[in-house]
Amino acid sequence: MSPDSGVNAGSGAGDSLVSIRDLHFSRAGRNIFDGVDIEITRGKVTAIMGPSGTGKTTLLRLIGGQIRPDQGAVEVDGEVVHSLSREKLFQLRKRMGMLFQSGALLTDLTVFENVAFPLREHTDLPESVLRNLVLMKLEAVGLRGAHGLLPRELSGGMARRVALARAIVLDPKMVMYDEPFTGQDPISMGVLVKLIRELNDALGLSSIVVSHDVRETLAIADYVYVIGHGKVVGHGTPEEISGTDSPWVEQFVQGLPDGPVSFDYPAPKFIDELMHGAER
Amino acid sequence: MDLLQQLGQVGLQAFQRLGRGSLFFFQVLLGFPELIRRFHLVVVQMWSVGVRSLLLIVVAGTFVGMVLSLQGYNTLVDFGAEESLGVLVALSLVRELGPVVSALLFAGRAGSALTAEIGLMKATEQLAGMEMMAVDPLRRIVAPRLLGGILAMPLLAALFSALGVIGGFFVGVGLLGVDDGAFWSQMQTKVDLSDDILNGVIKSVVFGVAVTWIAVFEGYDTVPTSEGVSRATTRTVVHSSLAVLGLDFVLTALMFNG
Repeated sequence: MSPDSGVNAGSGAGDSLVSIRDLHFSRAGRNIFDGVDIEITRGKVTAIMGPSGTGKTTLLRLIGGQIRPDQGAVEVDGEVVHSLSREKLFQLRKRMGMLFQSGALLTDLTVFENVAFPLREHTDLPESVLRNLVLMKLEAVGLRGAHGLLPRELSGGMARRVALARAIVLDPKMVMYDEPFTGQDPISMGVLVKLIRELNDALGLSSIVVSHDVRETLAIADYVYVIGHGKVVGHGTPEEISGTDSPWVEQFVQGLPDGPVSFDYPAPKFIDELMHGAER
Repeated sequence: MDLLQQLGQVGLQAFQRLGRGSLFFFQVLLGFPELIRRFHLVVVQMWSVGVRSLLLIVVAGTFVGMVLSLQGYNTLVDFGAEESLGVLVALSLVRELGPVVSALLFAGRAGSALTAEIGLMKATEQLAGMEMMAVDPLRRIVAPRLLGGILAMPLLAALFSALGVIGGFFVGVGLLGVDDGAFWSQMQTKVDLSDDILNGVIKSVVFGVAVTWIAVFEGYDTVPTSEGVSRATTRTVVHSSLAVLGLDFVLTALMFNG
């Protein structure tokens, strides 16, 4: 495993779909990324892991062009995302799918209409073709029978599967998953793990999975980046990550309560606080 | 000095927000031409903000007309001018109460609903999701709602005035014994199409733009939390009500002052 980041980090920079170089980004005076380099290889499942609050979701928003980096470049399919016009950015986004943590389904539309939404917005397909396409995608996620339900009638896991069907309905080149396993029961989790891997391979996608669920993510990822305190603290195959000698990555992967990431939030000495707290 | 600084800061923030709101408004306007092709999106919103406000407008309009008739009669009868009751009711409604009261009710009923809907869409990442599907939420979500509100408002104000006149008729003629021929004929003679009715329609269009603009902007600009949506909804009702009252004074001064 490589202990730190580098421009040619990753599994084969020559076949990169997404290339992130020297990324700096800060928000509200806080450094989220401080020189991050990541390569996402075509056809692979790449995981971005790290504790909550390390900017994993922000990274997806930077790749999707929803926010701009302060410094550095995010390149997707050969195009620098933040230098594109709005029109070209929207063209690029048609080649990306994104699965939000909440599913982000449109609450006033049925499951069928939610999946049909991108097709209705971007194509003039006849209704019969559109129906077949939508049902095909719903069948792929095992929810063809739920096409008439409203999002409020779905469980959390089902909502994410519908969102996944919607994310792949335009046949994108890549799909980004934002914390796909959070809050799922073991069965839903198993279904999602299976779907992410199988859809990636069957449809020839490239997948970016942002997660802090170590076991599930390592089970499906081809390559893993671990980020912490604004940098890539380690990257490699799941086996390399599991056998790491980096104390930081080891603490994260094994879920140890204390280590380089301290259990305690920074504070003055407890005795000082007790003795002098009332004076302050 | 501190107070002065704070006042300056509040003023600057207000102007910044107004600037942001104006830019937002023009960006949404750019989406209007596309709505000609997809007018069904506007129709859905007109149903949502217009038809769903009907009950409130119908009841309020009728009662306001009835009260106007009662109050007007008591004043006019002292001068033996109760036959002018129809004119009084119609002019009060068409010029002022119709557009203003229906706009205030519209702000409370439809404006708050628009803000809450768009705010919750933002809080639940539906707008961000749409952007990632290469769909511009300003064009797909905001523009139809803005146009729907602008078109619905004059229709609601017209209905409010019409029902107010009918309510006034029932009280004035049916209950208080005003001559029905005088009620209608004086109204027909004194109420002018361009001076009164058209100016009332212009007022309601302006109020429709103001209320719907504030509602959709507050929703789109909300802090994406439950508290943020709640505050935005309150701001919509307060700001749009104040805007309606302020604009009404300006428009009245321009339209009816000499």
